[in-house]
Amino acid sequence: MLKILKYSIYDLLRSRWSYVYFLFYLLLGFVLLFLNNDVNKAVITLMNVIIVLTPLIGTIFGIMYFYNSKEFTELLLAQPIKRSNIFMGQYVGISLSLTLSLVLGLGIPFIVYGLFRSAAIFDFTLLLVVASFLNFIFVALAYNIALSTENKIKGFGYAILMWLFLAVVYDGLFLISLIAFNDYPLGKFSLIATMFNPIDLSRILILLKLDFSALLGYTGAVFKEFFGTAFGMVMSMLVLSLWVILPVLNINRKLRKKDF
Amino acid sequence: MINITNLSKSFGKLSVLENLDLEIKEGGIFAILGPNGSGKTTLIKCLLGMVIPDKGTISINDKSILKKWDYRNELNYLPQIANFPANLSVNELIDMVKDLRPKTANETELIAHFGLEPFLKKKLGHLSGGTKQKVNIVLTFMFDSQLIILDEPTTGLDPVSLIHLKELIRREKEKGKTILITSHIMSFVDDTADEIVFLLDGKIYFKGSVSQLKERTKETNLENAIAKLITE
Amino acid sequence: MNIKISFFKCKSSVFNLIFFIFFIFIGTNTTVFSQSKTLEVCSSCEFKSIKKAVLSANDGDTVLIKKGIYKETSIEVNKAISIIGENNPIIDAEGKKENIFHCETENFSISNITFQNVGMSYVKEFAAIFIYKSKKFVVKNNDFNSVFYSFIIQDSSDGEILNNMVVGTMEDETKAGNGIHIWKAKRMHIEGNTVKNMRDGIYLEYVQHSTITKNKSIGNIRYGLHFMFSHDNVYDYNEFTGNGAGVAVMYSKRVEMYHNNFHHNWGTASYGLLLKEINDSKIEENTFQDNTTGINLDGCNRISYKKNNFIGNGWAVKFIGACYENSFEQNNFLSNAFDLSYSSKLNDNSFNGNHWSEYTGYDLDHNGVGDVPYRPVKLFSYIVNKSPDALVLLRSLFVDVLNFSEKVSPVFTPDKLIDDKPIIKRIHIND
Repeated sequence: MLKILKYSIYDLLRSRWSYVYFLFYLLLGFVLLFLNNDVNKAVITLMNVIIVLTPLIGTIFGIMYFYNSKEFTELLLAQPIKRSNIFMGQYVGISLSLTLSLVLGLGIPFIVYGLFRSAAIFDFTLLLVVASFLNFIFVALAYNIALSTENKIKGFGYAILMWLFLAVVYDGLFLISLIAFNDYPLGKFSLIATMFNPIDLSRILILLKLDFSALLGYTGAVFKEFFGTAFGMVMSMLVLSLWVILPVLNINRKLRKKDF
Repeated sequence: MINITNLSKSFGKLSVLENLDLEIKEGGIFAILGPNGSGKTTLIKCLLGMVIPDKGTISINDKSILKKWDYRNELNYLPQIANFPANLSVNELIDMVKDLRPKTANETELIAHFGLEPFLKKKLGHLSGGTKQKVNIVLTFMFDSQLIILDEPTTGLDPVSLIHLKELIRREKEKGKTILITSHIMSFVDDTADEIVFLLDGKIYFKGSVSQLKERTKETNLENAIAKLITE
Repeated sequence: MNIKISFFKCKSSVFNLIFFIFFIFIGTNTTVFSQSKTLEVCSSCEFKSIKKAVLSANDGDTVLIKKGIYKETSIEVNKAISIIGENNPIIDAEGKKENIFHCETENFSISNITFQNVGMSYVKEFAAIFIYKSKKFVVKNNDFNSVFYSFIIQDSSDGEILNNMVVGTMEDETKAGNGIHIWKAKRMHIEGNTVKNMRDGIYLEYVQHSTITKNKSIGNIRYGLHFMFSHDNVYDYNEFTGNGAGVAVMYSKRVEMYHNNFHHNWGTASYGLLLKEINDSKIEENTFQDNTTGINLDGCNRISYKKNNFIGNGWAVKFIGACYENSFEQNNFLSNAFDLSYSSKLNDNSFNGNHWSEYTGYDLDHNGVGDVPYRPVKLFSYIVNKSPDALVLLRSLFVDVLNFSEKVSPVFTPDKLIDDKPIIKRIHIND
């Protein structure tokens, strides 16, 4: 698996898109910091970009890489390598190279700007951790879709729909249920609904870290009580990990029956 | 060498292989022929473990290969469409495949054989279809394995390279290798194959030597013989 | 007045002090110059205790307290004297539930003294300096550490509270007292004081025609400034930072607030400035930054908000209840989660010529005014008003989509609530 991982990363690091992605974040980081002059504000704006864009890019990269490297994958399948190793190698390779683009792209401007002297370093680190999770989660989800859809166009469509659902539609349904059950205490419900969507979970984690709970009133108190503790933090990291582990397990399950 | 019994595979409602039995002895060149959709590629992919059969057994040298992967070390496969990662150079690809297989390789001679030296540092994305196929062939033959499977090996090759390929196949045969070939080019099959396995509708319709086939269909030309076999 | 102030700066010199007293006497003209004397208090002086010195003093005398720790309480000041500390004397109440000074007179002053350890009581308020039915007094340059209340001033007028420093112990709300607590007073001048970690920094009730200026109220448990029924007062150049609930002002008319800073009043029930039933007032050139709510208006009428900065607040301005004829002009609204939350009808409140950082319109004629009106109330803000739990979706992409669609074709948000002349560039404001 490590060999496949090595070659996947090697392959991706030589692809133009990795650099475009890296440069995009590099530029974003510099522009935000040097226009804003405020690390905290930059972190907030970055969060807005990251929770939308990272899943989208992860999904697209995942699905594209799968379909585009189909023949190469077949070459590998004929080699004496375990199936799951090939795909896990590729999966980790994409996720890791995306994460690398992101961490370096954002990290460099922040370090240049003097992040280490700023109190925002923890917020920023959390942001990077969450973004990395989102990369791993959405590449895994994209792989799940790709593995069950032979047709490239269809697969691409489903993947975008999946992203659209988690990034937008889910919150719409969430909002409708919040309004519909306005008369009931909804703190717990909101907490659970948040857990079921990695994008929402990431958003809330960062918002709370930036102390937005004061705005959130009663629900905020419930959230703060949960996420503010070490237990809550561990729980949310665990949930994010589950969001990686379950799709990955499903990839392996699908692989056992998959024909190429 | 290869023993296939009762092999069935269907994709959705489409049944591709139906209770197929096939035995291939060690040594010699076997051409797997059949019209489009007759199950050639599926059969080969079952052998390679890329397609998981619904039922039946496949064993190589009396060992079942289903759900295994390490047997592929004793197997060289030439895929139909040679499409490699565009960012890698030829050299890097060869090194990579060498790295992925524990066997030692002798690619230098093959590279010379196909005149690939000028392309070694070129990116695969920039190569023509024929050159890619040559690289594909090098990757397949650079390892010394008992079983060689070639899926449409002639695709995109110019006449000179075709001669080189035939020579290569003959040499391997002389070493006592078992070689499976699928091809639509009948003259190529006629030139190389010792035995023909003819698939039709997921079953083995004919198995025997080229001369047996010609004898049975009373045709002197293999192409005509095959055509007659289908319409029979 | 100017001459007096210049003398304050040389407080260590006895010579100057005598001159200072001379001026006081000329100014107040209550006694004859030749009769005034200075009574010194120290461990080796004629007077060992402040109480005795004060008792022996006559109108116009000075009680000079020299360096040392004096464990005294309930010192009655009922004559026109000046009580002055020299080299920072400390008066320690040792936790007793008593006032240190109880003043009930005219023309007195207390300065340059450190007060500490006035005891806490649930029954009655005790202060380091308790001033009752007094006039024309000056209390300045004193330090207060761990006192229950530092000042309680009742039924008084024409007093000056200058440059005092109050630091509390930050206990919980029920145990803490207020920094400067004034009940029923007129023409007070409160300037340059700092109050930290008390319950309310400055508390005013029934205080009129007074000036509160250049004070700092920081990290108090409840309100940085809290006033009720206090009309015709001016508040300027004050700083209110990190107070538990910010600043709350209620039931007052003709309030003027200029150049104040309301910073970091952040918490579930915190406000930069909570206005409840305030009428006919002016709030201009203030800065509201990083507060949960910049200004919360509840039943406020005819207030002019001009040239204020609202930066990085949760809500810049929140209307609650019926508010009429408030006008917002030339304010900067920068990076607030919500610029405006509005639940009732428009009620003649107007927004005109403000700068909104979220404004995305254009200015084709380059006159600095956007050609498209700005709608400060977003749909999400409207939804959050109806069901506050929806705030968990803050900064979700769905919310952006929602706001955008509402912006394109408004359905829910009040269509008259617009700024017709949004200013393109940030408006320059003198802090």
